[in-house]
Amino acid sequence: MNTFTTTIGQPNATSIIFFFVFIVGTLAITYYAARKSRSASQFYAAGRSVTGWQNGLALAGDYMSAASFLGIAGLVSLKGYDGLIYSIGFLVGWPIIMFLIAEPLRNLGKYTFADVVAYRLSQKPIRVAASIGSLLTVCFYLIAQMVGSGALIKMMFGLPYETAIIIVGAVMIAYVLFGGMLATTWVQITKAVLLLAGATVMVIMALSHFHFDVTELFSTAAATYGEKVLNPGGLVANPFDAVSLGIALMFGTAGLPHILMRFYTVPDAKAARKSVFYATGLIGYFYILTFIIGFAAMVLVGRDVVAKVDAGGNMAALLLAEVTGGTVFLGFIAAVAFATILAVVAGLTLAGATTLSHDLYANVFRAGRSTEENEMKVAKRATIGLGVIAILLGLAFKGQNVAFMVGLAFAIAASANFPALLLSILWKGTSTFGAAASIIAGTVAAVGLILLSPTVWVDILGNAAPIFPWKNPALVSMPLAFLVGWLGSVLVPDAKAQSLYAAQQIRNYLGVGAE
Amino acid sequence: MQPDQAPTSGPAPDAVLFTALVRKRWTVSLTLTAVMLAIYYGFIVILAFRPDIFAAHITDRLTLGIPVGLGVIIASWALTGLYVRWANDDYDSAVHTIKHAMREQQG
Repeated sequence: MNTFTTTIGQPNATSIIFFFVFIVGTLAITYYAARKSRSASQFYAAGRSVTGWQNGLALAGDYMSAASFLGIAGLVSLKGYDGLIYSIGFLVGWPIIMFLIAEPLRNLGKYTFADVVAYRLSQKPIRVAASIGSLLTVCFYLIAQMVGSGALIKMMFGLPYETAIIIVGAVMIAYVLFGGMLATTWVQITKAVLLLAGATVMVIMALSHFHFDVTELFSTAAATYGEKVLNPGGLVANPFDAVSLGIALMFGTAGLPHILMRFYTVPDAKAARKSVFYATGLIGYFYILTFIIGFAAMVLVGRDVVAKVDAGGNMAALLLAEVTGGTVFLGFIAAVAFATILAVVAGLTLAGATTLSHDLYANVFRAGRSTEENEMKVAKRATIGLGVIAILLGLAFKGQNVAFMVGLAFAIAASANFPALLLSILWKGTSTFGAAASIIAGTVAAVGLILLSPTVWVDILGNAAPIFPWKNPALVSMPLAFLVGWLGSVLVPDAKAQSLYAAQQIRNYLGVGAE
Repeated sequence: MQPDQAPTSGPAPDAVLFTALVRKRWTVSLTLTAVMLAIYYGFIVILAFRPDIFAAHITDRLTLGIPVGLGVIIASWALTGLYVRWANDDYDSAVHTIKHAMREQQG
């Protein structure tokens, strides 16, 4: 039954039509949003008019990247149970966001998480440090998305890599530039609905081959490929590496600038927590579907076919779409995957542009004396600049294995952004020096240790043995950032910051004074 | 510092109620965080050190690892639901009481 020939890799008229329908639809949204996006609050935060349910979908849209959809389904189809470890790691950061930072973020901040960290500290040093953490996270995540997307689009549509990168970059610039956060939000919502619906239909069609009994699917997989596909094994050989990856995924989620930025689009803390609840449910449901899709691809498509089309298994979900629903369904899922890439890249670019215009330009270079009009001009220029940089980086890193960049983005987010954010909310004693030192230490440690780790030192630089043994540095770099934050605050205390803590608490817990 | 960044000075909340609110909030948050960490790292540690536990069959078609893994996903979501429920019922009404008293005080 595993001898079908796939049309993946050839230009597929259906996918191109579906894709253009999506592009035209979302550009129409952007056109309507553009008329509203004149003020900074509209551009960065959609005028705080997004409901909890809408923001839940948009958060899910921002988070469910093509890499996690295609990558995890592929991993499950080739390795079985172990793929689930990644799904779980990607999900468990959401409760942490809910319990520790969602409400303070909404009550204290305006447009970026640096607003919260800088709330009672000296603006300049904190915003410079936080911008470095933010921009590095955004850039590494962006490179991974761009390079991944170019390769995938080449395979899905038969378009040349370079053309694919330029289309993604150009459409993404259009969304952000003209429609700002409002358009980006609706692009995320549209994409989240399409992706969830597509994955649901795929699972139903796949399970129809197994009398709608998911255990029959698992047992068929075990009968064909051996009992071990149902069991953990091998993927996380070193226990410390497993825990370190777990820390990066869990706390990195709570430090991703494009995710944190979404909390400013809702009117109040109540809507913020509702949105996390919906997002967690949707993302969890999505990962459960992805797990079933992986197993269904293993059985219905066959491992050898999956591995032959792409050694990493990244085409497993698309192959399953073709087997269960023919070329039309393949076209639909391919277009949704493309749309997914576009939407995630747009969210990242908006976060990067906001950091440049709001944190660096308005609050550091102009020290709060810029007009909103000027700030918006800078934001739009930053969007174009970042879009061009994203295209160039996508072209420059062609053919590179960029999986480590996702790990690096999460490790920086967990080490540079999350500790400073949590310390400034929770601890009265946090000083400007301590918070800035924590961000710098977390960034340097995360980047430095990745360079010395097996992923870069051995796999990329070709050395014989790694200097740092684990693939992910978070188990060292995150505690280090907390330690440096505490030590720096004790050694160089900040009396003014301590005296403002009471006022920060009133706004944080009661929402008094929050927009 | 931008004017809109400056912490607002207004009527102060009732110190006793406010301190209790803050303490309750972090008790709930940190307890739920601890539960989440225990579930997740419990899962990871079993996976890393005793994978054979998850390989045990619970029916002839299903090994323990699958429902446990999916259970971790569902539990994460359920915990956020628990928090929302507490925040909507308990926390928001306490905030409302404190803010109401602040407005009275302001006149």
